[in-house]
Amino acid sequence: MNIRIIPRLDIKGPNLVKGIHFEGLRVLGKPEDFARKYYEDGADELIYMDAVASLYGRNSLLDIVERTSQEVFIPLTVGGGLRSIEDIRKALRAGADKVSLNTAAVGRPDLIREAARAFGSSTIVVSVEAIRKEDGSYEAYVDYGRQRTGLDAVEWARKAADLGAGELLVTSIDREGTGKGFDLELTRQIAEAVPVPVIAAGGAGCLSHILEVISEGRADAVCVASLLHYHYYKEHEYQDGDFATEGNTEHLRRKTSFSKIKEVPLSEIKKSLLAHGVGCRRQGHGHPEKARGL
Amino acid sequence: MKDLSSPRPKGAIVDYGLGNLFSIRRACDYAGISVTVTSSKEEILGADLVILPGVGAFGDAMATLNRLDLIGVLQDVAASGKHLVGICLGVQLLMTESSEFGRHRGLGIIEGPVVRFENPLEESRLLKVPQVQWNRIVRPEGPERKNEGWKGTPLEGVVEGEFFYFVHSFYVCPTDRSVVLSMSRYGGIEFCSSLRQGNVFACQFHPERSGPVGLKIYNNIARIVGVIKGERAA
Repeated sequence: MNIRIIPRLDIKGPNLVKGIHFEGLRVLGKPEDFARKYYEDGADELIYMDAVASLYGRNSLLDIVERTSQEVFIPLTVGGGLRSIEDIRKALRAGADKVSLNTAAVGRPDLIREAARAFGSSTIVVSVEAIRKEDGSYEAYVDYGRQRTGLDAVEWARKAADLGAGELLVTSIDREGTGKGFDLELTRQIAEAVPVPVIAAGGAGCLSHILEVISEGRADAVCVASLLHYHYYKEHEYQDGDFATEGNTEHLRRKTSFSKIKEVPLSEIKKSLLAHGVGCRRQGHGHPEKARGL
Repeated sequence: MKDLSSPRPKGAIVDYGLGNLFSIRRACDYAGISVTVTSSKEEILGADLVILPGVGAFGDAMATLNRLDLIGVLQDVAASGKHLVGICLGVQLLMTESSEFGRHRGLGIIEGPVVRFENPLEESRLLKVPQVQWNRIVRPEGPERKNEGWKGTPLEGVVEGEFFYFVHSFYVCPTDRSVVLSMSRYGGIEFCSSLRQGNVFACQFHPERSGPVGLKIYNNIARIVGVIKGERAA
């Protein structure tokens, strides 16, 4: 099979942001610029996650989705603040291919069933965000990692899949943004518990972390953020109009480095996967002979 | 005045309430096909190109098409020689029948069943069903493998082995293997990933979500439909 590499873009207002443990968000630029670049570089899908669940209002997520979907022809998953069938419909209408549900699904699990029936399972991704407890089990969190639920993350993942989730996005909040590597145990436990694909998220700091979560974590797809964002951010020529003044932007001018993250472009990730015998798509690499051998 | 030398093909995306029709519309925009998203018989029958999309369950989709009274309309489109394109669940609906949650009759435009991936295994690892990934397409082996490749088909210009985006648990098995345009493989199971029978083209993958190589297919479709429309107009 071919592992998907999925850049995740966290969005606050008009900006792409990145934090650590979903906190201390730094502004990195315009999400559309990053999305276009990742599309051109061969990203397999994209995820837009609204950090403040500001679905409506000026410069809302939906406007960004609409602009992106006119120039990016790969699957786009949109999440953050979707609460109802009507919200999902709006996101799809703006150009999303899938939606990611967390808080609303925990609050009312039947939303997963209803959404899967209305739009098809393959359209519904359930996002499971978890923190490891002292006894080694995992608890599911909602509200962008701010609110505990008392639910066992693995049990919740199983239930979400039973209710009709087509894929699960599994994020370790402990690792998110730290660059310390994925929580392999969390990913594997869920990947083995559910029949649907699992997208691993939270913690990628270098290439070997990605390889680990595929081989040991049994992930079907890997979500990356800092790793790619910090690479593009260093290359990108910022202009004053590129970001709104709100938020922490000083580092953009100084091009600060973020110590734990060994940033790489997408092409390096794919090269590394192939070098280690992990299948993945490479753009414009049709090859009759190789294809026959597959 | 109408420019008959380069008519803009008119397409209808069949709207039966499921799936993301908007990404298909964007890809049509890109290829210069003017489309409407519709469940109206008149609009569907009046189009040069009819696109049948779909995600979700086969039985539900057929029930909805039946309720909208579109089954006969789509069969008429196929018989009329107009261009009919099926995408994802859309290719499955063209078939005779599916075994998804019981037995369901399909549109019967292409003869053959729709079956589920049974235990796709790769190096002793059981793969997930649905298949959600980018996968390669190649021309079929055997006597039906034509030397001219994909020339003249919607896959013209696509290099064998290129990757397309798939999301599905079931696949089509056309009885007449000569309609198979491409094959793909998932966990050791080889399946038909696209087919063509006369004016009907259908693919299991999503060309509108498959990047530049997918857009090539929309451009080809626009050209094929445009040329034929031009010939009719002339």
